[in-house]
Amino acid sequence: MNPDTQIEIRNLTMAYGDYVVMRDIQAEVKPHSVFVIMGGSGCGKSTLLRHLIGMIRPAKGEILYEGQSFWSMDDDRRQQRLRRFGVLFQGGALWSSMTLLENVSLPLGEYTDLSAADIREVARLKLALVGLKGFEDFYPSEISGGMCKRAGLARAMALDPEILFFDEPSAGLDPISSRNLDDLILELRDSLGATIVVVTHELASIFAIADDSIFLDPETRTMQARGNPRELLHSDNPKVRTFLSRGNPSGIPASH
Amino acid sequence: MSGSWNASARFPEFHPLTEALASEPPPPGVLLEASGLSRWDSRFVAAVARIQDLCRRRRVPVDDSALPEGVRRLLRLATAVPEASDVRRVGGAKPFLARLGAGTVRAWEESLNLFTFLGEVLIALGRLFQGKAQFRLPDLLLVIQQTGPGALGIVALINFLVGLILAFVGATTLSQFGATIFVADTVAIGTVREMGAIMTAVILCGRTGAAFAAQLGTMKVNEEIAALRTFGISPVEFLVLPRIIALVLTMPLLVVFADLISILGGLLVSSSVMDVSPTVYIDRTIQAIRLKSFLLGVFKGGIFGFLVAYTGCLRGIQCGSNAAAVGEATTRAVVAGITSIIVFDGVFAVLCNALKI
Ligand SMILES: Nc1ncnc2c1ncn2[C@@H]1O[C@H](COP(=O)(O)OP(=O)(O)O)[C@@H](O)[C@H]1O
Ligand SMILES: [Mg+2]
Repeated sequence: MNPDTQIEIRNLTMAYGDYVVMRDIQAEVKPHSVFVIMGGSGCGKSTLLRHLIGMIRPAKGEILYEGQSFWSMDDDRRQQRLRRFGVLFQGGALWSSMTLLENVSLPLGEYTDLSAADIREVARLKLALVGLKGFEDFYPSEISGGMCKRAGLARAMALDPEILFFDEPSAGLDPISSRNLDDLILELRDSLGATIVVVTHELASIFAIADDSIFLDPETRTMQARGNPRELLHSDNPKVRTFLSRGNPSGIPASH
Repeated sequence: MSGSWNASARFPEFHPLTEALASEPPPPGVLLEASGLSRWDSRFVAAVARIQDLCRRRRVPVDDSALPEGVRRLLRLATAVPEASDVRRVGGAKPFLARLGAGTVRAWEESLNLFTFLGEVLIALGRLFQGKAQFRLPDLLLVIQQTGPGALGIVALINFLVGLILAFVGATTLSQFGATIFVADTVAIGTVREMGAIMTAVILCGRTGAAFAAQLGTMKVNEEIAALRTFGISPVEFLVLPRIIALVLTMPLLVVFADLISILGGLLVSSSVMDVSPTVYIDRTIQAIRLKSFLLGVFKGGIFGFLVAYTGCLRGIQCGSNAAAVGEATTRAVVAGITSIIVFDGVFAVLCNALKI
């Protein structure tokens, strides 16, 4: 194993019951980088993310974190490992019966020894980091979709995770918010040194943030390419080229 | 073959064309002509698409060059992506044995789920008693407040009416023997042993069990439950336990309240319609109610509270991941809740008879 690998996906086959979503996925995620999982809708990106955060057990193959296979760890180790992840779900997935501050505070209360006052301080800071200062006492239903996502990000960052997972962070956002979120992601990588795994199919985002990527193809039910998307633009795989250039297989992206 | 089409409200008949196409040998070609066509809409395009489809199946060439340009563009668009042949939804009528088999497998899985969830709840309870559960007291108090005091109004109304009904029903038979005074006994025993607990449980099933299923189901759809899991927080400890404990605590109290209100209803009927004085009525009621019967009703209340919360939470947690699934989960929670209440009440009746309670 390469010591420079934070997550290694080895021969992963993903299935829901008998229904195989993807097979034979191989990838490595380097520390302090942004890794993008791309592919069309319904091809299994979210499913792969759920495998990476340990919510679904692989049908075949392994996922290794710093060289240790996630599912062969004992329960306590696995829980500790989970605590070093931060996850932002597609819609934000804020707990709707709690205010934004309570949402961010809950994990802090569960897993740190901070006093109640300190927890509030930290939670306020996290919300300020994502630009939600002043919205601490709002309920998720009282703020917009983009704000929910940012609050979800603040909650994902609550425990200072080493790895952040994002499921389609820019889906449903206007271009400016989406751009701001991309900047935030890069900022997290650079200032916190976090490793970031992003599921997305927004080309602008992909080119703006990705250090490395894999491309999933629903037709062959497997991964079609791996590498930096800018290099993949010149890949000899027409499917990847077509995807990255909005259906223009000659390889020049419409937006760049 | 040719014809003039217009987009009148009625379609021209397809039979001649389909018959001609079905004949052996098939016609050498089909020419679509639309010189008389003034206006057309999607129905016209759909009709042409169907003809083309038929012809393609019989390998008969179609000449549509005479059709308006717009129609031809739409047709090209509709045929640009070939029909996905492997995505046909499976469905329709299956043979009886296949359905029977699928039903049996489903029933088996359902009961497995039922007991798995029961196991999870019991483990969570165990952790709670060890003080290790991820459980917040304010959550419990909030649910108690919503399910207890919040339900007083409807519980009072329904049980008052049940008291009235019991009194009237009792009166019709008892008055034949000139024993109207025993209406008090009928109402008291009927309420305390059975109706108080059952009616309250059914009300809470519709009111609270459904709400639990909808709340947890929506949380599932919004991935809120998945988010809890990613923080290592057990949804059973965090969401299900407070709900179950709240109902097990509030239901017995609600049953006592329901008993009182129902007896009050009986009192009203017998004193106003049947000339039984309130003091006599109350006297008889106190004599009729044995402590055992009263405790039985209250105990049943606790059990029913568990059943309502359990079925509601189970359906909510099992809910699929779209909005329609939430509605389905709610319906199933209420049906399962009421069924289990009645079944358990039957079991209690048999047990009490055997144990002479
Ligand atoms: N819980 C589930 N049970 C069964 N099939 C699922 C489930 N979730 C997703 N799928 C199926 O798996 C495939 C991939 O889904 P998903 O990972 O959500 O796609 P993406 O995120 O790439 O749009 C889809 O065909 C979907 O129908
Ligand atoms: Mg998805």
